Amino acid sequence: MSSGPARAGAASPRRAFRTPKVVLVTGVSRYLGAHVAARLATDRRIDRVIGVDRHPPSEDLGDAVEFIEVDLTTPESSKIISSNRVEAVVHLAVAADRHAERAAAKEQNVIGTLQLLASCQQAPDLRKIVIRSSTAAYGASFRDPAVFTEDTEPQETPRGGFARDVLDIEGYVRGFRRRRPDVAATVLRFAPFIGRLANTSLTRYFALPLVPTVLGRDPRLQFVHVDDALEILHRSVVEQHPGTFNVAGAGVITLSQAVRRAGRVAVPIMEGGLSAAAGMSRGALDFSLDQLDLFVHGRVVDTARLVREFGFTPRSTAAAFDDFLAGTGSGGILPREAVALAELGILAGIRAARSALRGRA
Amino acid sequence: MSEQFDAGVAVDRTRAAHPPVARPPRLRAVPADGANPMAPPVDPPAIAEPEPPVDVWDRRVASALAFLRNRLTGDYQVDEFGFDQELTDGVFLPLLRRLYRDWFRVEVQGAENLPASGSALVVANHSGVIALDALMLSVAVHDEHPAHRYLRLLGADLVFRMPLISELARKHGSTLACNPDAERLLGSGELVGVFPEGFKGVGKLYRDRYKLQRFGRGGFVSAALRTGTPIIPASIVGAEETYPMLGNIKPLARLLGIPYFPVTPTFPWLGPLGLIPLPSKWLIAFGEPIETAGYGDQADDPAVVFNLADQVRETIQQTLHGLLAQRDAGEAEPAVDAEPGDGTGA
Repeated sequence: MSSGPARAGAASPRRAFRTPKVVLVTGVSRYLGAHVAARLATDRRIDRVIGVDRHPPSEDLGDAVEFIEVDLTTPESSKIISSNRVEAVVHLAVAADRHAERAAAKEQNVIGTLQLLASCQQAPDLRKIVIRSSTAAYGASFRDPAVFTEDTEPQETPRGGFARDVLDIEGYVRGFRRRRPDVAATVLRFAPFIGRLANTSLTRYFALPLVPTVLGRDPRLQFVHVDDALEILHRSVVEQHPGTFNVAGAGVITLSQAVRRAGRVAVPIMEGGLSAAAGMSRGALDFSLDQLDLFVHGRVVDTARLVREFGFTPRSTAAAFDDFLAGTGSGGILPREAVALAELGILAGIRAARSALRGRA
Repeated sequence: MSEQFDAGVAVDRTRAAHPPVARPPRLRAVPADGANPMAPPVDPPAIAEPEPPVDVWDRRVASALAFLRNRLTGDYQVDEFGFDQELTDGVFLPLLRRLYRDWFRVEVQGAENLPASGSALVVANHSGVIALDALMLSVAVHDEHPAHRYLRLLGADLVFRMPLISELARKHGSTLACNPDAERLLGSGELVGVFPEGFKGVGKLYRDRYKLQRFGRGGFVSAALRTGTPIIPASIVGAEETYPMLGNIKPLARLLGIPYFPVTPTFPWLGPLGLIPLPSKWLIAFGEPIETAGYGDQADDPAVVFNLADQVRETIQQTLHGLLAQRDAGEAEPAVDAEPGDGTGA
């Protein structure tokens, strides 16, 4: 039960809170990490933002973020944290990767987190840690309730590699909370990201003209807009919100609905065939078991705790998806306007036919 | 999709014998057969039709097309359990209503016991091999209740394991029978329908008809207690005879991973024809609500839970006997309800 340690940890760090002066952000070579670091750097309450990753950042982080190239799977991070007197760590180097890089991704996710938490445990100045997790932590089972709260335990271990990583990571964080009750730990379970600029396997999927889906399954999906995720991450650092939180847009859209709204056409495929197809045509279609689990079972979370604690309501799933569609520009092969036009055409045709018939009668 | 939907729109009161599809070329035939007493003054005198807005068929075609457009562009709402109200109103209910009115000729008593607003837990007996009784109960609640409320059914995990069926069930408003879902639905003021007998009820033999099976662990009672929701016992007579189950081929059931493999007079002998339910006469009675407001802290007390579960079970069993006697008496007279029950247009 994740809430137990979370609440226990909540009591002590909350009383004497001040904004951390030095913040370390991991995973800054990726979109989310880069934007969180840049955003924190503009916050005047924070003196220094240090960004780390094992690759140099793909986009310019700006002058305000100090970049250090570190492989998190080594104990190097320990030196950086202690020598810079880091007070808050934002761990975003947790990511789902494509099939081919699975082993490397697992190494980064699991060993990287383990090493980072070990470094954090020995850092006397550290007062806060924020971890990126995922709603994949709830697993995928037919015996799952329709809506997950933060206290729902997974019924079955998920098939997907990323989901397993997430479960491992949350386990390490629980251990960390026990050993360092003075450090406020915030675990954010994000729904899949979406938005105008997001480029994830899911957004690439919805950009396909014909979208493969699982035959006989229409999962309920939830997304979180990237901008809202940034806001939540920012608040997690400059405010005090220990605990585990679901981060998602309220409401639900089903996969078929999302495909239709995107003007795409769904191609239902047998579940077995889909994983085989995904394995063969990787590259064009990076489809992992994580995604397959999502597309069979769907995933909906309760965000009441987030909204209560952060005083911030992420835009709804439908609104986030609309924003993503607005960003992609093209209306797909079945655009809304064409359908509306066809409707008017058919209606006019039927009316004309009817009045002709009636005229004859 | 399209003919499904046409059924939805056209079903209001064309006669059962009529195919539900009524495309424009057929239009003149519909008023001409005089089945609809309201139609003749409007249509046959071809002079009185210059105004398209009052033309009922024009409206139906237009709304059918608008519905199709909404479906095609994903322009509809689904709640967090997957309930699709537009699809339920436009497709599921009209199709089920056919079965409800014309095939099973369902009669409902005690609909006033269902609350006009707020949550209630409808607990019913379960029978009939496939869960037709659950679907008919949802039609009864929607159609006979003045507020036309939707009954949110709780289903076994087998339902949600099966492709297609699982999605139809979710769109119809069902969800998994588990306490978190039940409490979430009740907490948001929904009418929830549950069948505590589960597979023991639907999979029992014909000779055990109308004998209520064990009520599981009483999880439904604790959900009601925790949310302070009244329990409404519902008794369904008629579903037992739809598929009289004479035997159960257990090895085959194990092989297929299903709880039972039914043998009825028609199944599996007649193949798919055996899937047609026998047209039994149905009675559904909603009993008086059993209040649970004072018990909130006793939701985990097995004694309280089992007592309440027993009380509900007894009520349903007694009512079943009463309804059976009533139906036998009613059927002694010649079929009375063929015409009078017909004229509604909902």
